[in-house]
Amino acid sequence: MAVDGAAAVPAPLVRIRGVTKAYVRGKQRIEVLHGIDLDIPDGDFVALMGPSGSGKTTLLNLIGGLDSPSAGELTVAGERIDALSGEALAHWRAETVGFIFQSYNLMPVLSAQRNVELPLLLTAFGAGERRRRARLALALVGLDDRAGHKPSELSGGQQQRVAIARALVSDPRILICDEPTGDLDRKTADEVLTLLQLLNRRFGKTIVMVTHDPKAADYAARTVHLDKGSLVDAPAAGH
Amino acid sequence: MKYLHLVWSALLRRKTRTLFTLLSLTAAFLLLGLLQAMNSLVAGSADFLGADRLITQARISFTQPLPMRMLPQVESVPGVTRVAHSQFFGGVYQDQRQGFPQFVVGPQRLLDVYPEWILPEEQRLAFVSTADGAIVGARLAERFGWKLGDIVPLTSFIWTRADGSRNWEWRIVGIFEGRDDEWRDRAQLMYLNYAQFDEARSPGARGLAGIFIVQVADPGMAEEVAAAVDARFENSPDETKTQAEAEFQLGFLRQFGDIGFIMNAISGAVFFTILILTGFTMSQAVRERIPELAVLKCLGFTDRAVLWLVLAEALLLCALGALAGMLLASAVTGALPPDFPPLRTDLRVWAFAGVSVLALAAAVGLPPALRAMRLRIVDALAGR
Ligand SMILES: Nc1ncnc2c1ncn2[C@@H]1O[C@H](COP(=O)(O)OP(=O)(O)OP(=O)(O)O)[C@@H](O)[C@H]1O
Ligand SMILES: [Mg+2]
Repeated sequence: MAVDGAAAVPAPLVRIRGVTKAYVRGKQRIEVLHGIDLDIPDGDFVALMGPSGSGKTTLLNLIGGLDSPSAGELTVAGERIDALSGEALAHWRAETVGFIFQSYNLMPVLSAQRNVELPLLLTAFGAGERRRRARLALALVGLDDRAGHKPSELSGGQQQRVAIARALVSDPRILICDEPTGDLDRKTADEVLTLLQLLNRRFGKTIVMVTHDPKAADYAARTVHLDKGSLVDAPAAGH
Repeated sequence: MKYLHLVWSALLRRKTRTLFTLLSLTAAFLLLGLLQAMNSLVAGSADFLGADRLITQARISFTQPLPMRMLPQVESVPGVTRVAHSQFFGGVYQDQRQGFPQFVVGPQRLLDVYPEWILPEEQRLAFVSTADGAIVGARLAERFGWKLGDIVPLTSFIWTRADGSRNWEWRIVGIFEGRDDEWRDRAQLMYLNYAQFDEARSPGARGLAGIFIVQVADPGMAEEVAAAVDARFENSPDETKTQAEAEFQLGFLRQFGDIGFIMNAISGAVFFTILILTGFTMSQAVRERIPELAVLKCLGFTDRAVLWLVLAEALLLCALGALAGMLLASAVTGALPPDFPPLRTDLRVWAFAGVSVLALAAAVGLPPALRAMRLRIVDALAGR
């Protein structure tokens, strides 16, 4: 099966082949992604850029297993996630992916600590172990002194760091970030991006990050451009 | 149970709204508890009555007294051991609010068919031999502070004396007690000697016995005996209807309207109101949490897990409100003054509340829970 010595290269963590996504609205079928091919190796930090409405969020959601493609193959961390059912996909997400959103999306009534513990509720860990791991994740993002604070008692940057701790706590292979610094000022954005870079370099987390900000993209190892549902200058697989 | 704090925090999200919903639930279940306690009293009042006693009444209505001359004929029906007679006296003591029932009876016959009443021997003899004698239940005597020898004036709204007066005087010659807790609770009535009653009432009414209390030898044969008694008087001027004592009691209560039906109708209305109110709260609570529920799904909570979270939230809300309401209802029924009917939030009432909570939680929780379950993550996150 080995072609051109490809057997020596480990399979990419994310392998996208001919992925198409179309939305049907009434009688109209709107194709948002047109046959995307993309490989993301383990340990990569990819910035996904492109004009508004080009399909960045749609592609990111597909990689994170939040949605299923209309056509094409999508292999992430060894799993053909385009073939997984809703329930199996949920379990797969819990084990494999961490999500970071532009608007943080923390539970407003839960403390930082409880927010970070949320993904661990789906594991077999006991209460003590959950607390310990959440503490550790909060320490990693530099917020162990804010464990008891509610999101409303934290600044935007701090909330985003709690969200990063929540995404990290179950030790996922891949972090999915949709404009993580979109709501932050330059200085805070830089802090958050530095943190993401650290997670990538020190802890080997694969990161896919959508951003509009070229300065944010500079923190990534490479940038992929999407325009009107197609990749513009991404190196195709095998190049 | 590790999800409990998640469910709990959802309720704490809007403290005021949750508090008001809880208060409404509490008020509703207080009302439901009291209504059902009344219902239980009506339904349960006849349960304890002896299975070996039948009541023979006039076929037309139990308010139509049967003549005394029928008594030996009833007594001679095979399977009948003893027969007593009883006439509702309808007396008012002091003022209307002090209501308690009085029955005019043949003393020895009455005590023979009601072994549940305990009376000292000399008092029994006094009751039998005193024409204007009366015996009162211990709880009634306690309530009015009556002692042996006291004279109790009663104004009957049914029976006039030969002289046209409605005022009767009765001499307390005995105080009886119930054999067990159930009967001690019911020792709140008064028996009057038929001797003075029949002699003093207007001549046209003399010789009327009221209803007959028929004791049967074998409770298993009660139905056959009842049929035999009624057959005996078929086509006579005094046709009869004979039924188990418990049945008779229920029929007596039913003449005030079907109390059970009224209670259940009000309960239904209360339930419906609280259903609408809680249903609104729950759908509101879920609607404003759509993005949060979507995030839970992102993190790997399955659709089914989210469904159960919302259902658990509805259940917790309803159960807390119901518990508070039922505890209040118990406190209220426990603190009722003694001249109230003995209302109790018994097991039947608690079971009713329990079933109501489950039905309510399902009805108000299921629609938003299904909505949460069907929620598509990408749409919810994008605010679509
Ligand atoms: N559920 C949906 N139904 C219909 N159309 C959709 C749906 N989701 C996305 N779209 C359309 O798909 C296109 C791409 O949307 P997407 O959110 O991926 O863009 P984006 O690149 O992330 O844009 P932005 O930079 O503004 O976030 C848009 O035209 C959008 O209207
Ligand atoms: Mg987007």
